[in-house]
Formats: sequence, C-alpha cells, structure tokens
Amino acid sequence: MKKGTISRLCSYAAEHKKYFILLLISALLANVFMLAAPYISGLAIDFIKGENNVDFPMVIKFIGILFTVYILNALFTWGMTVFTNALSNRTIEKIRKDAFDNISRLPLKFYDGHSHGDIISRLTNDVDVVSEGLLQGITQLFSGLVTVVGSLVLMFILDWRITLCVIVITIICIFVSKFIATNSGKMFRLQAQTVGELNGYSSEMIGNLKVVKAFGYEDESSEKFGEINSRLYDCGQKAQFYSSLVNPTTRYINNLAYVLVGVLGGLVALSGHLSVGIISSFLIYATQFARPINDMTSILTQLQSAQAAAARIFALGDIEKETSDENRPELDVKGGEVVFKDVDFSYDKDKELIKNLNITAKPGQRVAIVGPTGAGKTTIVNLLMNFYGTDSGTIFVDGQAIDSVTRDSLRKNFGMVLQDTWLFSGTVKENIAYGREGATDEEIIEAAKSASAHGFIKRLPDGYDTMITEDGGNLSSGQKQLLTIARAMLSDPKVLILDEATSNVDTMTEQRIQKAFLKMMEGRTSFIIAHRLSTIREADLILVMDKGRIIEQGTHEELLSKNGFYTKLYNS
Amino acid sequence: MIIMKKLFPFLKPYRLQLTVGPFFKLSEAVLELLIPTLMAFLIDKGINMGNSSYVIKMGIVMFVIATFGVIFAYICQYSASIASQGFGTDLRNAMFKKIGTLSFSQVDKFTSPSLLNRLIGDVNQLQSAVAMLIRLVIRAPFLCIGGVIMAVAIDLKLSIIFMIVIPLFIFVLFLVMFKAVPLYKSVQNKLDALTLVLRENLSGVRVIRAFAGVERERKRFNDKNTDYSDTAIRVGKIAALTNPATTIIMNFAAIAVIYFGGIRVNTGHLSQGEVIAFINYITQILNAMIVVANLVVLFTKAYASSIRVSEVLSAEPEIVYGTLGKGGNSENAIEFKNVSLTYGKSKVAAAENINLEIKKGETLGIIGGTGSGKTTLISLIPRFYDATKGQVLIDGNDVKEYSEDYLRQEIAIVQQRASLFAGTVADNLRMGKNNATEKEMKKAADVAQASEFIDRLEDGYNTYVSQGGNNLSGGQKQRLTIARALIKNSPILILDDSASALDYATDAALRKAIKENTDSKTVIIVSQRVNSVKDADRIVVMDDGEIVGIGTHSSLFNTCEIYKEICVSQEQEG
Repeated sequence: MKKGTISRLCSYAAEHKKYFILLLISALLANVFMLAAPYISGLAIDFIKGENNVDFPMVIKFIGILFTVYILNALFTWGMTVFTNALSNRTIEKIRKDAFDNISRLPLKFYDGHSHGDIISRLTNDVDVVSEGLLQGITQLFSGLVTVVGSLVLMFILDWRITLCVIVITIICIFVSKFIATNSGKMFRLQAQTVGELNGYSSEMIGNLKVVKAFGYEDESSEKFGEINSRLYDCGQKAQFYSSLVNPTTRYINNLAYVLVGVLGGLVALSGHLSVGIISSFLIYATQFARPINDMTSILTQLQSAQAAAARIFALGDIEKETSDENRPELDVKGGEVVFKDVDFSYDKDKELIKNLNITAKPGQRVAIVGPTGAGKTTIVNLLMNFYGTDSGTIFVDGQAIDSVTRDSLRKNFGMVLQDTWLFSGTVKENIAYGREGATDEEIIEAAKSASAHGFIKRLPDGYDTMITEDGGNLSSGQKQLLTIARAMLSDPKVLILDEATSNVDTMTEQRIQKAFLKMMEGRTSFIIAHRLSTIREADLILVMDKGRIIEQGTHEELLSKNGFYTKLYNS
Repeated sequence: MIIMKKLFPFLKPYRLQLTVGPFFKLSEAVLELLIPTLMAFLIDKGINMGNSSYVIKMGIVMFVIATFGVIFAYICQYSASIASQGFGTDLRNAMFKKIGTLSFSQVDKFTSPSLLNRLIGDVNQLQSAVAMLIRLVIRAPFLCIGGVIMAVAIDLKLSIIFMIVIPLFIFVLFLVMFKAVPLYKSVQNKLDALTLVLRENLSGVRVIRAFAGVERERKRFNDKNTDYSDTAIRVGKIAALTNPATTIIMNFAAIAVIYFGGIRVNTGHLSQGEVIAFINYITQILNAMIVVANLVVLFTKAYASSIRVSEVLSAEPEIVYGTLGKGGNSENAIEFKNVSLTYGKSKVAAAENINLEIKKGETLGIIGGTGSGKTTLISLIPRFYDATKGQVLIDGNDVKEYSEDYLRQEIAIVQQRASLFAGTVADNLRMGKNNATEKEMKKAADVAQASEFIDRLEDGYNTYVSQGGNNLSGGQKQRLTIARALIKNSPILILDDSASALDYATDAALRKAIKENTDSKTVIIVSQRVNSVKDADRIVVMDDGEIVGIGTHSSLFNTCEIYKEICVSQEQEG
C-alpha cells in the first residue's frame, strides 16, 4: 500500500516531466554556485594581506568571478522555486480533479455514510499537505544533498583533519536535535489532541449557546472548558518549550564547530599549511554543511505526513464506484407506470428494512405513502431514483427495469422535491434553471409563478438576479422550499416525487403550493410522502407503511372504514 | 488603545517572565555579537602574529561565551513558553466566560462560528505573538543595531556600505512583502470558492443527481480548480523573488566589503581578520532584518486578532438582571402589557402591541404561520430578548426585577431546534437538574414519550449521545429535549414547536401525558398544527407579529378568520 501511494504520486508528477527536469537542473546549479562562492571569496581575501600588501588586480579578478557566481546563484534559486511551485500546483490540480471525478461517481451510500467535513478536508487540507510536504520536501531534500556532499568534498580538499572534527560535531548535533524532536513530538501530539478536544467542546457549547443559557448551564460549561484548557496549558507549554530548544541548541553546536574550526585552523595555519582566506571559507562551509542535516528531521516528518495525506486522498478513488451505465439504453417513459416487484432492501446487512415490497402505480395515479418516522418512506424514494440499488427484486418504469437504463435518463424523467431544500450559491434564476438547462427567462418566471414563488422573488433586492448565499442563508426555509418546487416544476418531469415537500412552509402557503402540485400532478404518476395527512386525502392509492412493510393500502375512505392503523394515525 | 487596555491585564501575571525573557535573550545576542570580533582577534593577533597560545586562549573564551549564550537562550525560551501559553489559557477562560454572559441578540450579532474563531484562532495568533514578543522583538532589532555599532567600531568609512545596503534591503523586502500579501489573499479567495463548490456537491448530491447535473458540477469544479492553480502559480512567481533578491543584495554587500576593505587594508586602516568579521556582521544584520520583516507580518495579523478578541471582551452585557428571588402573589403567571419587539437593525417589529394575561395553571396554545411572531413572543418571558416597548410581568413583577437564577428556575423552555450535547442520555437529562435521581429521569422520560426508545437503546440511560445528537433521529432528539426541560420541574413550561418531528400518535400521547402531569403548571404550547393546541384552555392566534384572536378552539373557529383558515387548511372541523 505504501509503495502504491508513492508510485501513484510519482506518476502524477511524471505528467509534468518538463518542470521536474528544469527543477532538478536549477536546484543542482543553484547549490553548486552557492558552494563555490565562499571558496572564491576566500581566495580574494587571501590577496588582502596587510598594509601595502594588497594585490588589487587579483582581488578584482576574483571579485568579478564572485559577482557572476552570485548572479547565477540568484537566478537559479528563483528558477528552482518557480518550477517547484508550478510542478506542485499542476500536480495537485490533477490529483484534486481526479479525486472529485471519483467522488462524483460514488454511490449515494458513500455520501450518507461519510462525514462531509472529512471529505472536504481530504480535498483541501490533505492536498495542501501533499503539495507542501512531498514536492517542496523533495526539492529541499535534493538541494540539501547537493549542499552536504558539495561542502564535504570542498572541506576535504581544503583540509581533511578539520573536516573530520566538523563531521563529529555534526553527528552530535543530529543526535541532540533528534532527541529533542522525539520528546517534543510526543507533546505536540498530545497538544493537537487537546486542541481538538477544546475545539469540539467549545463549538458544541457556543453553537448551542441559546440552550446553554436557557438551562443556566454557563457555570458548568465554563468549568469543563477551564479543565480542558488547563490540560492544554500543561502540554502546550511543554511542547512549546521543548521545541524551542532546537534552535538555540543547534546554534550552540554550530558555534562550537565555528570555534573549533577557528582554533584548529589557526593552529594548522601557524604550521604554515593553511591560509587565512581558507579558514574564512571553511568557517562558512562548516555552518552551511550542518544546516540541511538539521533540517532533515523536519523534512522527513513532512514527507511522512505528505505520504499519509496522499494515501487518504487516493483512498477515495479505491472505493467501489457505481457501475458504468454507458452502454445502457435511455429510459423511454410513455404512460409512467411504476412497479416495485418483490423488492428487498436494507442499508445495513444486519438490520433488515424492506422485505418483499410490491407496489403498482398505474399511469397518472397519485400514490401517497404514510407511516410513522423510520417506517422506510424515504427509502422508497432512494430506491425509485436508483440512489441505492435493491438487494433483490426489481423496479420497473413502463416495463423497463430501472437498473437496465442510464441513471441520468431515469432521473431526468423523475421530478423530485425533498424536505431537505438544497440551493447552490448563485442567483435565484440560476437555481430555478437547474431544473432544465437552457430554459428561457419566461419559462423560469412561469415556473416560479406556478410554485407561488414569484411574489417573494419580486420583492428580493435584485429580483430574479438576487444572489443566494451558500445553502440559501438569506432566505427563510419556506422560501427555499418554494424555489426547489419551482425548480421541479421547470423540469417538467413524467413522474413526480414529493418527500415531505411542504413541511417547511406554514399551512396557508402550503395550500397555495398544494394547488400548484395538483395542477402539476395532472396526468403524471406521482408519489407523495407526507406526515400531514391532509395532503394525501385525495390520493388514488394510500400505502400505510410501518417497519419497512406495507401494512394497509387503499383509498382514504376504504382505509378509514377498516378502522386500523391508518385510522389511528388519522385521528391522533 | 482600548484594545490594549482590554488585553494588557492578561499579561500582568507574567511580568516576571516578560522581563526576564527578553533580558536573557538580549544577553545572548550580546554574546553572539562578540564571537565574530573575537574570531577576528584570533586571526589577526593569533595566526598572523604566530601566537599559538593566543589562538587557544581565544578559543576557550569563545567556548565559554557560546555556552553562556545557550544557557541564556534556554532561560528565555522557558519564560516565553510560560508567559505565552499562560496568557493564551487565561484569555481563553475569560473569553469563554464572557461568551456565556452574552445576550441572545449579541450572539446573533457575533454569530456562533465567529465567536468560535475568535476563541480558538485569534487567541492562538495572540499567543504566538506574545512568544515572539519575548523571543525576537528585542533580539532582532538589537542584532541589527548592535551589528552596525560593531562594524562602525571596526571601521567607520567601510560601514558607509551599510548606509547604502540597509535601506535598499528594507525597500526590497517590504516591496515584495506588500506585493505578495494581497496576492496571497486572492489565492485564499479562490480556494474558498473551490471549497464552496465541493461543499455544495456533498450536501446537494441528491438534487444534483436527480437533475442529472453531475457533468455540469464536474465542469464547475474544474473551472474553479484550474483558476485556483493558475492564481497560485502566478503568485508563486512573485513570491519566489524574495529569497534571491535579498540574498543577492547581501552578497553584493559582501563583494563591496572585500573590494573597499582591500583598499582600507592597503592603506593600513584595517586588518585582514577585520574584513572577515565585517562580512560576518553584514550577514548577521541582514538575516536579522528578514526576521524583523516576518515579525511585522505576524504582528499585523496579531493586531487584527486583538481587535476581534477585545470586541468580545468589551461587549457590555445588554441584559442586566435584577435581584428579586421570589415572585409576587398575582393570579397571573405571565402578563404582557403593550409589548413590542424589534430585532437589531430591522425596521419591522417582530411582535407588536401584545397584551396578554396568562393565568397560573392555564394551558395556553399559540398558533400562527411561519414568521408570525410566535417564537418572538415566548422569547420575552425568560428574557432571551428584552421588549423594545412595554412590559412583561411574571407573577406580578417586571421580568427585569428578577435574578437570573430565579428566571432559569422558574421557566423551563424547549426550543425549536433540538440540540443535545456529547455525553450520555443521562448527562443530557441532568442538564435540567444536576442531581436528578434515576426515578426522576424515568418519570420525565415517561411523560416525554422517550422511555420507549431509551429502553430499547443498548445501554439505556448510559448510551452515549454523539455531538449534536447525530446518532439519534429527529423525533428521538425532540423527545429528549422535552424530557430535559420537564426534569427541571419549573412552574412555567414552554414548548416551542418542539414536537414537529413526531408522528401524530406520539404527538398525541405526549400532549396527553403533559396534561396529566402538569396540573399546577402554566404550560405554553407553540405550534403550527391545530391538533397540538386544540385542547388548550385558550388559544392565541398570531399573524404578522400581532395577536389576532384569543379564545377556545370552538369560539375561535367561529370568530377568527385566520384561525378558521388554518383549521380548514389542516382539515380540522370546528
């Protein structure tokens, strides 16, 4: 699995070979020039010996070289950053696109069973972690490698004895920072966990502040908050302290290396084997050499978390997708007869829900489904729209099994208004037009009128062009519902499904909508789910459901005369 | 400045750390500044004069200095961690407490997500600003200034280079920074747009598929995705300039030092070791300046956070409670006298000219369409909002005279939105009464028709309710919130449309049980359903913020047009 993640990432990055190659070349050259500079400046300084002992032509010559080297270094450093940036952004753009494509092919079961926050986090936060961690990490790793190897080689050329001392000190440095990192890492994990806890608790309390206040629960919640908060202090303080030790410690060890190089170099120079300029270059190499090694720990952690993040993103693609329906024919609706034949279904294999369900809705018939909460009414919608497939048995529309036709053609023929009023951020007009692509303004207004929405839309600040904020935050729930009804009206479906469609509007508005529905239902097979029994009295067929089964059926009068479950529901 | 006044008290307990920390950091910086100079001595007096014992002596001095430096740094880091984390913890506690005292209209104004952001995100920002204050604010400028002074001490003429390089460096640094910051904002905006599409796709998946919109959505997502990447790459090109631009200035300064230093050495004003030290100081100064630039960014952010935090801390409590802990002896439990309420900046009153007397022990129904002012009316009783005009009385006294405790004890209210908290079923019920016994809980659950499903839960009353009650159905949540209110056993019980998710049979059973168990209580039932209020002693009909009818079901059916309309729409005969 682990190897899989990395090779998948590589294949994404490989699509942008051009950037990748440019990136490696820039990184290599930038670092080579960076390494060459101290050596050249050391050579220049060696020609500045003392009073009246400065060899200007030579100094100027080396300064000229130095000048060129610095400019080239700056140029390639810039190139390295730009190419890394382009490579990582293009790569994650594709990763994100593929992830989204995958999600949009997943069955509804996935959407119902996963936290939306988690999915969003995978496509945003995790993708960012991949981009920053993996791609920048690799660049850092590569240029770090060039720096380490390069300065090591140069130092050995300058003087191998001092170099050995520097290496020993560096190794000590690695161990010390590793030791600190492990300790602070533990604290950081604890801190992250406690922050999460504090976050969860306060979002719960602040989100429900009105309840908290109504019950005079402020003191208790403050106390609990204080308790979590003080635990956060304990681990937060330690985490901050331990981690803040890394910098001074490595600075100290670097200083030690610096001093050591100075002293040793001085002593060697006294015996005539080393020039002052070389000591000066050495001092610079010694610090340069240690830096990437110090950073290594954090780069490795970054790489690890990037890999974990990538695995989480790719996992979305490994979930079983809906079977392809490309080769299926389109649904051809004539009269609109809907038949459930011996249908079994359950969301959870251990809990059986719908067993042996048989319904026949003749063309143009109005079928109402009633029953207590949890009776399985909404499940019928899920099955009818093929959001969920049946476990066994088949649903036919005009004699065609719904799982043998394309999903889009099935759904286009079904108009659906749900209790959950979903709107997207866009204008009122765009939201209604979602019902049918390419609808004219007249058609949109007509649909709004028949849904009794025209009146309030006209009164909105910009009428039909009013922007709806996310999920219709600026509309009342009744208004949102009217818009979704207008949307369904515009789509002019062959079969109509109303699932508690008027539960968010008051009874008087409901009556107006009711009229519109009646008009809409004329000549169309319709399914109406409602817990207000008034809405369903006129239905041609009423199905009374309880615990996944149809326990009574008939017209309103027939059912009342039976004096059974329906009568009890109706009279309560 | 008011902002600082609000936040300074939180720093006060950490005066010791706030002085000790920077002091030791400064001392460390002083020591650090000495090292390049000592190295110059080592080269000039030791190596160039052929004095090996001087080389070793200087080495030991530098070693001691570096060791003291690291010890000082540790002391500073320790102070910083105590002060900043302590400051953050205290601030969070104070804010959480303060948030608890905000009135409903203040909560509406701030909004809950924003309060949460201020409590967690903004305090975090301030916390790291305090840490930086201790660790860097004194050190970085000091290194700059100290570096300049040391350089001037070595050679005044050569330090003219600094006078040219430093302003140039600052200019470039801030140019790039101020160019890049707004650009980063635009990247963030594009990311927000992308996330919005994603969120809508997740929440609206049924509708999208029902309208065969998957392809459309894919295109919408791709457009935003490409737009985001394009912007990020464009911004990246500019931001990528920072590093090479600053290092090249630094490097050119070093070249200048070598050349002009060479001239000064030739004339005998400077030694070779001093040239090396000079280069060292340049690097040190310019590095410190990069730190300063980052500090500026950090503190700009922290400033914005401090405004948001002090807004919360300085919110004056809008509702001041009285001290009265006992009711009068009125025969009216609740009385509204010419009451009007207008929310926030709204121009239209949500409730207008309300006159209503509710007798002790009476069951009152309130009915009306959405937005007719039902919830507004009952919100005035426990003082969730205060009337803009008129007076609300409980037991003969103005609600404003009562203490907060009295009001909370006297009134049990079940709100429309059924919110539960993470914890067991029993924990949630005990919110109504801290020390409720098992028997009391059972009794309340029985009345609320909740026993039936609680008993079927795997662990009964000890079943864990997840955050927001997500593992329960809407009807189950509503019944638990009713039980939670009942357990308080308050003389006044208000049910605000709190049985909407219950089916008819359960709703009826609930109403019957409440009626049987709340004989002496004053009960107010708000609903859109005629069925729910039909059997009340009196029914109040509301429309557009006003009372349009008061009476029994049968009398209203004959006299109140709107009531009749509601009944007809719900098919209830008179």
